[in-house]
Amino acid sequence: MSKRIVVDPITRIEGHLRVEVIVDDNNVVTEAYSSATLWRGLENILKGRDPRDAGFFTQRICGVCTYSHYKAGIMAVEDALGIEPPLNAKLTRTLMNTALFMHDHPVHFYHLHGLDWVDVVSALSADPAKASKDAFKYTETPMYTGEDHLKAVQKRVAEFVKKGHLGPFANAYWGHPTYKLTPEQNLIAVSHYLEGLKIQRTAAQMMAIFGAKQPHPQSLTVGGVTCIMDLQSPARLGEYLVKFQEVKAFIDNCYYPDVVMAGGMYAGEPSVNAGLGTANLFTYKEFPLNASEYMFDSGLMMAEDVINLVSGKEFKIHDLDESKITEEATHAWYQNDEALHPYDGKTNPNYTGFKDAETINDKGELAHSKVIKENEKYTWIKAPRYDGKPLQVGPLANIVINYARGNQRVVKVVNQFLKDTGLPITAVASTLGRTACRMLEAKVVADNALEAFNALIENLKVDDSTFTSYKIDKNKEYKGRYMGNVPRGVLSHWVRVKNGVIENYQAVVPSTWNASPKDANGVRGPYEESLIGLPIANLAQPLEIIRVIHSFDPCIACAVHVMDTKGNEMGSYKIDPNGASC
Amino acid sequence: MEQAELYQKISDRLGDLAKFAPMKEDKSISQLMEEKGISRRDFMKWAGGMTAMLSLPSSFTPLMAKAAELTDRLPVVWLHMAECTGCSESLLRTDAPGIDSLIFDYISLEYHETIMSAAGWQAEHNLESAIEKYKGKFILMVEGGIPDGSSDFYLTVGPHGKTGRKHAQDAANAAAAIFAIGTCSSFGGVQAAYPNPTNAQSLSKVTGKPVINVPGCPPSEKNIVGNVLHYILFGTLPALDVFNRPKWAYGLRIHDLCERRGHFDAGEFVQEFGDEGAKQGYCLYKVGCKGPYTFNNCSRERFNQHTSWPVQAGHGCIGCSEPDFWDAMGPFEEPLGSKLYQTVYGEGADMTADKVGVAVLSATAVGIAAHAAIAAVKGAPKTEE
Repeated sequence: MSKRIVVDPITRIEGHLRVEVIVDDNNVVTEAYSSATLWRGLENILKGRDPRDAGFFTQRICGVCTYSHYKAGIMAVEDALGIEPPLNAKLTRTLMNTALFMHDHPVHFYHLHGLDWVDVVSALSADPAKASKDAFKYTETPMYTGEDHLKAVQKRVAEFVKKGHLGPFANAYWGHPTYKLTPEQNLIAVSHYLEGLKIQRTAAQMMAIFGAKQPHPQSLTVGGVTCIMDLQSPARLGEYLVKFQEVKAFIDNCYYPDVVMAGGMYAGEPSVNAGLGTANLFTYKEFPLNASEYMFDSGLMMAEDVINLVSGKEFKIHDLDESKITEEATHAWYQNDEALHPYDGKTNPNYTGFKDAETINDKGELAHSKVIKENEKYTWIKAPRYDGKPLQVGPLANIVINYARGNQRVVKVVNQFLKDTGLPITAVASTLGRTACRMLEAKVVADNALEAFNALIENLKVDDSTFTSYKIDKNKEYKGRYMGNVPRGVLSHWVRVKNGVIENYQAVVPSTWNASPKDANGVRGPYEESLIGLPIANLAQPLEIIRVIHSFDPCIACAVHVMDTKGNEMGSYKIDPNGASC
Repeated sequence: MEQAELYQKISDRLGDLAKFAPMKEDKSISQLMEEKGISRRDFMKWAGGMTAMLSLPSSFTPLMAKAAELTDRLPVVWLHMAECTGCSESLLRTDAPGIDSLIFDYISLEYHETIMSAAGWQAEHNLESAIEKYKGKFILMVEGGIPDGSSDFYLTVGPHGKTGRKHAQDAANAAAAIFAIGTCSSFGGVQAAYPNPTNAQSLSKVTGKPVINVPGCPPSEKNIVGNVLHYILFGTLPALDVFNRPKWAYGLRIHDLCERRGHFDAGEFVQEFGDEGAKQGYCLYKVGCKGPYTFNNCSRERFNQHTSWPVQAGHGCIGCSEPDFWDAMGPFEEPLGSKLYQTVYGEGADMTADKVGVAVLSATAVGIAAHAAIAAVKGAPKTEE
């Protein structure tokens, strides 16, 4: 008989997410549901406000990818008003974006996702001397893995565990059969978990040098950047460079080899070697490196293209046709179910709540709980579709498409990684692949971002402008958008300005694509699809589910949509395919 | 209160607290620091700095040190409501390997969804058992506004679909002290901006309890850590202003200690971002700085280990630690004079400026009354064993 498991809250993510699965007699997942359980309504709050303030409001969509929505809000308005910021401003934004990626991806791997791969308790039985030697298997230049260092780490963990009072590590999944690292490997990873806590502060300082603070920097303005004094100070630029090198060293000598290590050990674990989920992939160009060049390119590959790519056949990379994007709410807590272009979307709330059921609890017993009504509405996230199909966005899509395009910055890093792990390219199509691609994206950023730094230095020698002046004509109507790639995938913000204030605002974010519920045809979103066929070793400890979901790096406050409580149409945008702002 | 009397009161309080069983029995924080190579002398220097930051006489430094050593008596439960996780991120920015972070390493963080290993039923179990086990003893910290009343369904957490409101209320009923971390929890925040579609409210409104507000979007890590220490010192609420913000952190306006204040006094203003004045570090008032209306210590403490703060980066303050700042302080890049849109205060700027001004002027008088009322309700937590 089939059984149901509820995982709520999914912890170690941004936001409030519930996942429910149905398993068969063999404890294999046959159906899955992704449900966002918080709605805030920020885009609606933006209506009627000064367009220059948009970025400050949208920034508060998320404090983890704290820069993404700020930049998007500012750039959408710049696009609407027809403003071209000076090159200095563009490159400064790239440096801040670099700081974001170099912060966000390692923090995700170690502090949010890491405990899915690393058994902290197992590290206690490690031999530090052996671990110190083992570290050289994954890089010639390991860091924080000296024998004395690892001994100290082990001692610290031992003291923690001995007291039986684990605080944030309490009541977790230690000893779970799908943990695959040796005690020595676990010890190496725990050492990097602790060092990562320190290095993330340095990465945040990188952002703050030009951004004032992190989280929630405050130096972007419509038309440019405000940190002219910091840009004019050689000491300040030097400070950025030093911190950049420090964080890059961590990515090169800890993050990269740890993923190589995990890749080798988990290669035989079924619960992470499937789960590509939705195979339609989408990414968008990002990281301007100079006046004309980007670090990553755009593209869209449908499932057949991805299959052809990994099986060595001819494949196509498509350009996005934005008129094919729709959103619908058959299974989302809104009234109107039909598929509409997001800019014609209607979003009246229609919360229908949970129902009572018996599900498997943490003792493996059936217990009373509230579950979603699977045939009705069950989440605050709508179902976005492209040409009627779901899309997966994020580092996996970005790396695969840029690899397929022959982007040499990406090809070089991917080929080296495949060589270091001995994994075939087909391995990318999995939970493990998603986690590896996030690291590879961080590595490509760290390897190439100094091009932007150097271009900025060169440009500052001949040009000190950081701001393009503009006027907002209250008698004119404006519309524009930002589209780009942020740590969790493709993000777009759309704005319309009338009478000098925001008439309408819409954000289509990465986690909306990935955490989508089913559509009217019953087609699952990427989170849901990636869970189908997943074997669960112990129903009371559904670590496998958590691991798969974490591999997407959920950001649920971002994903949950616009609301118009008065039932007005949210927008009536006409899409201008040439209107891209970046 | 006379200084000697205050000193005695804090000493007694710490004495009582020391009678609590430590959560970690075989190691004190001083031992831990010794292992980390932080000398007693460094520690006392830090304690002196913290004492000054909390606006206490330097003779209180030993008490501060003692308070830091007693942090292991404090279980903390941190709840996430309608929020962006920016406040949790800010907390993670505390110095390493400095003493602030050691304290957070050392206090017993019983529940925090962003960093805890357990999920689902296991997570719910951890929350319930912490509240039960440490009833009346734990510190509750809450991040995020809370959908209230008949719209409380906009947030549910856990396998039983319990509303965020109910979670906050239940935890608040059992907590020894309650901190609203960030502007959302303190005042409702961005989701409570007009027209507040989810009826998001502050923690104090939803729980009906005395709450220490630590606003900011997000508050600096110093302000979060400092308030924990303050609680340990006093065992009751710190001196608060009219908005229940601790005066030690929110007692002065940004403007009072601003590095560009000289330019304000000299009448030298940035007229437009990127102009010659901007390159010279002129005052940002005319491009919208809300420093004159905003009470916080950013100009002293800065962010990210003193790396920078908005005015240093050439952008004005947006007033993020003030109630309703999303409605009251915009447009953020104009002086309060040119408002085009509807706010909670009605249309137009003058009215807003009046309200803000009135609030500032009356802050001191009302603050005294509010503090007295809260102190009467709250009292000191029970320390008898």
